[in-house]
Amino acid sequence: MKLFLLMMTALLLGGCSGDWGWYVVNPATKSGMNNLSFLLSGLYYTILLSVTAIIISVVVGLLVALPGLSKNPFLRGINRVYVEIVRAVPILVMILWVYYGLPQVADISITVFWAGVIALALSDSAFEAEIFRAGIQSIDKGQYEASHSISLSYTDTMRFVILPQAIKRILPALGNQLVYMLKMSSLVSVIGMQELTRKANELVVTEYRPLEIYTILVLEYLVLILIVSAGVRWLERRMNADEK
Amino acid sequence: MPVDPQSPLISIRDVSKFFDDFQALKDVDLEVKPGEKVVVCGPSGSGKSTLIRCINQLEKHEKGSIIVDGIELTSSKASLNAIRSKVGMVFQQFNLFPHLTVMDNLTLGPIRSKGLSKQQADDMAMKYLERVRIPEQANKYPRQLSGGQQQRVAIARSLCMEPEIMLFDEPTSALDPEMINEVLEVMTELAESGMTMICVTHEMGFARKVADKMVFMDHGEIVEMSEPGKFFTEPDSQRCQDFLQQILHH
Ligand SMILES: Nc1ncnc2c1ncn2[C@@H]1O[C@H](COP(=O)(O)OP(=O)(O)OP(=O)(O)O)[C@@H](O)[C@H]1O
Ligand SMILES: [Mg+2]
Repeated sequence: MKLFLLMMTALLLGGCSGDWGWYVVNPATKSGMNNLSFLLSGLYYTILLSVTAIIISVVVGLLVALPGLSKNPFLRGINRVYVEIVRAVPILVMILWVYYGLPQVADISITVFWAGVIALALSDSAFEAEIFRAGIQSIDKGQYEASHSISLSYTDTMRFVILPQAIKRILPALGNQLVYMLKMSSLVSVIGMQELTRKANELVVTEYRPLEIYTILVLEYLVLILIVSAGVRWLERRMNADEK
Repeated sequence: MPVDPQSPLISIRDVSKFFDDFQALKDVDLEVKPGEKVVVCGPSGSGKSTLIRCINQLEKHEKGSIIVDGIELTSSKASLNAIRSKVGMVFQQFNLFPHLTVMDNLTLGPIRSKGLSKQQADDMAMKYLERVRIPEQANKYPRQLSGGQQQRVAIARSLCMEPEIMLFDEPTSALDPEMINEVLEVMTELAESGMTMICVTHEMGFARKVADKMVFMDHGEIVEMSEPGKFFTEPDSQRCQDFLQQILHH
């Protein structure tokens, strides 16, 4: 955090001397203020997109992970095929395919937002599935046996015994995925999603100040991700608090 | 369903169990009457755990028949579930749920699989925590308890399902010596209350006091089966004599 503050002041100070033209985003001037709020207005969709996508990808990831844990080779096969295929598709390609291809294949119309959400969620779900599978596999076999011995059903065993312990263990990994998702959401700018990166691109085109504008963009992601990381750490501490 | 006191509650006939090519149980026969206490001993790897795990279906046997309370363990899923809740099991490693309090460990089964209300389950949990003499630990987490206390919680958790049969798989083997007795005392009281029990244990003092029937296993077979008086003084087989020598002079 200290390092970040140092970096930020260094950048700002640097801007006061050299070739920087911070005036484009100087909040003291009217146009600077307008530009700044234009850039920041992308925050809404970056967050909405990432959060919606991560929620869907966690759910899909869990649903894909469960057959991967089965004794049945066919179910395990479904899991493997899904994970291998989805993991092999670059996210940018996935976004283009979902936006331009899926509507034709499925004969539906799809908004930029939902194309972005679906593409990001699909891409990420393969990783979530692997995280869940590893997390669930790390739970001791005795926990299943104890659940069996008190007659819990498979669903109850998962819901009350296995998943609460597994999620605690994979929380750091899930936090990483959210950070990853926030970064990857910038790719949805290519299909016109009005999120942070798209806003910056549009402003660069009118203001010709790529250095300052993209620096602001970097800082926007940096702050966002530092906040998320702090939030995840806080959540981890809270979940572990009852262990003391 | 009322059980004829003379007919066996558990009837194991000619049961074999394989792990791939390895035969862990070889044509095992065992009958347990209602209220009977059976103590199973034998060297490591002799199939003791496998035998009792077959009784509550943690393992599937490949050959022979196991009938519990009149229901054969190969029949419909519904009847298997009915059996499962009649057989309680206590593990060497306790296997408590670490993320739940003692109380929640005890009430999870009754609420989710027996459909009790929270209040009923809580009352039952307190009743059995008092039985195992740790009602004051109700709101702690398992890791805050000693090994002996954890194992007593595990016993109470099984009892909360109100089973007709209790299986114990070396319940004191993971405990520090000074905690063994508190667990054995609870088990002795349970035995005196009339519970049908099968205990895998090498605690021969407990076995002498409690067992109606002693079973000695070796290499997947029941080598010796007799009442404790005979078992400890004049066992038929050499293998059993050697084994008793070893653990009694340990
Ligand atoms: N899941 C399994 N897969 C393969 N082999 C197994 C499995 N479980 C047990 N076995 C083997 O079956 C044999 C009997 O095991 P079991 O656990 O029943 O022995 P035990 O008498 O309980 O021994 P111990 O006193 O060490 O607990 C052992 O040789 C063991 O290696
Ligand atoms: Mg064993």
